[in-house]
Amino acid sequence: MILVVNGVEHELDLDPRTTLLDALREHIGLTGAKKGCDHGQCGACTVLLDGRRVNSCLILAVTQQGTPITTIEGIDHPVQRGFLEHDGFQCGYCTPGQICSAVGMLDEVAQGWPSAVTDGGGDDLLSDAEVRERMSGNLCRCGAYANMVPAIKEAAAQ
Amino acid sequence: MKTFTYRTATDTAGGLEPGAAFLAGGTNLVDLMKLGVATPDVLVDVTRLGLDEVTSLEGGGLRIGAGVRNSDLAAHPAVRRDFPVLSQGLLAGASGQLRNMATTGGNLLQRTRCRYFMDATKPCNKHAPGTGCPARQGDHRNLAILGGSEHCIATHPSDMAVALVALDAVVNTSQRSLPVSDLYRLPGDDPSRDTILDHGELITSVDLPALAMPSTYRKVRDRASYAFAVSSIAAAAKVADGRVTDVRLAFGAVAPKPWRALIAEEALRGKPATRESFLAAADAELAAAEPLKDNAFKIPLVRNLVASVLEGLTS
Repeated sequence: MILVVNGVEHELDLDPRTTLLDALREHIGLTGAKKGCDHGQCGACTVLLDGRRVNSCLILAVTQQGTPITTIEGIDHPVQRGFLEHDGFQCGYCTPGQICSAVGMLDEVAQGWPSAVTDGGGDDLLSDAEVRERMSGNLCRCGAYANMVPAIKEAAAQ
Repeated sequence: MKTFTYRTATDTAGGLEPGAAFLAGGTNLVDLMKLGVATPDVLVDVTRLGLDEVTSLEGGGLRIGAGVRNSDLAAHPAVRRDFPVLSQGLLAGASGQLRNMATTGGNLLQRTRCRYFMDATKPCNKHAPGTGCPARQGDHRNLAILGGSEHCIATHPSDMAVALVALDAVVNTSQRSLPVSDLYRLPGDDPSRDTILDHGELITSVDLPALAMPSTYRKVRDRASYAFAVSSIAAAAKVADGRVTDVRLAFGAVAPKPWRALIAEEALRGKPATRESFLAAADAELAAAEPLKDNAFKIPLVRNLVASVLEGLTS
């Protein structure tokens, strides 16, 4: 099968049980996406599929032949600078997933997608409450959330 | 994970060999395969069938392709405008990542998150028929108070399906069309089957008839976001001259299926739109509840949800 990751084609011979996360980490050597819970509950494995954020641990690699896949290694985005400037991490294990998720989330906001805390239209889709709700699929064991919120908001303003 | 073979479906006619399963977003099925709870021999990928469109129906309704992702459906302008209960229900569920993956058809067919069902090493009449149900004596805080049986008290986990039941949605499959409320069956003495669908019957779309009332969804959960419901409610109501002229109510996380509260609806029609009426209607519906030691709190919780949500909709 052929996986297109960060613009590069990789020809792989994989067992159909292989998740996209394991294909990236164990077969392509891109270890930025992390295996946290391996059950879609923590968000550490977040990558972008055709620009949309997803949990790569719950996706079978065989289903994504030809789909453009972007991992943290292929991202160059103000969110990364924001995390550095606002100290949006402690141990760093969840950070690649947080950043991929934030990049995908900001694109969702740009398209005007609502969230569970959005009331009607025209409100600030990047208030603190919005950022927290929209990023709730990414857990941080160290609890660095308080610094991630301004990091993401500042990146969005750029 | 048990080995399987993979292929992509080439048409919407449905049909599967024994031991095969359809794969859509995979957010539940792949997880259950990792856990050894789902053990298909063959996966048939239905995400390349072009079932990813939302189209208008005559009279103001919508047809939602079974492959439409939960995030796209929640953000769809016509859904937000005409069916807010559905948009809100979808956004109350899962995370941004999971909603980008999960499909309409797959959301309907997701399995319970009862901890005994999710653990292949535990007895469970749903994943291993005849092995018993430890939940009655064990952890049942978030399990059913309505519609359960001595063999199973699992709750259906979907938020979207609760909204669809309240909306009188119709499910179109490779074989037939049926009201979404008829899609699900109660466990009785065979909890292994959640729905009445035949093996290989493929959901192709869901139709929403027009809704001429305000509607809303409210979900109570143990944390502010990204958790399954402890209880939820989908509601729509219309009031004229201070009286309820039309109402729809459905409850989530209280029964093995999204629970349409027909008794409460009947009790409300023509009644004054007051908190007293709303509470009386909730009591009528909940009279059949059979709570256990640790989930009886859901009765006052749902009762208060009914009153609070209907007050908001009708004021």
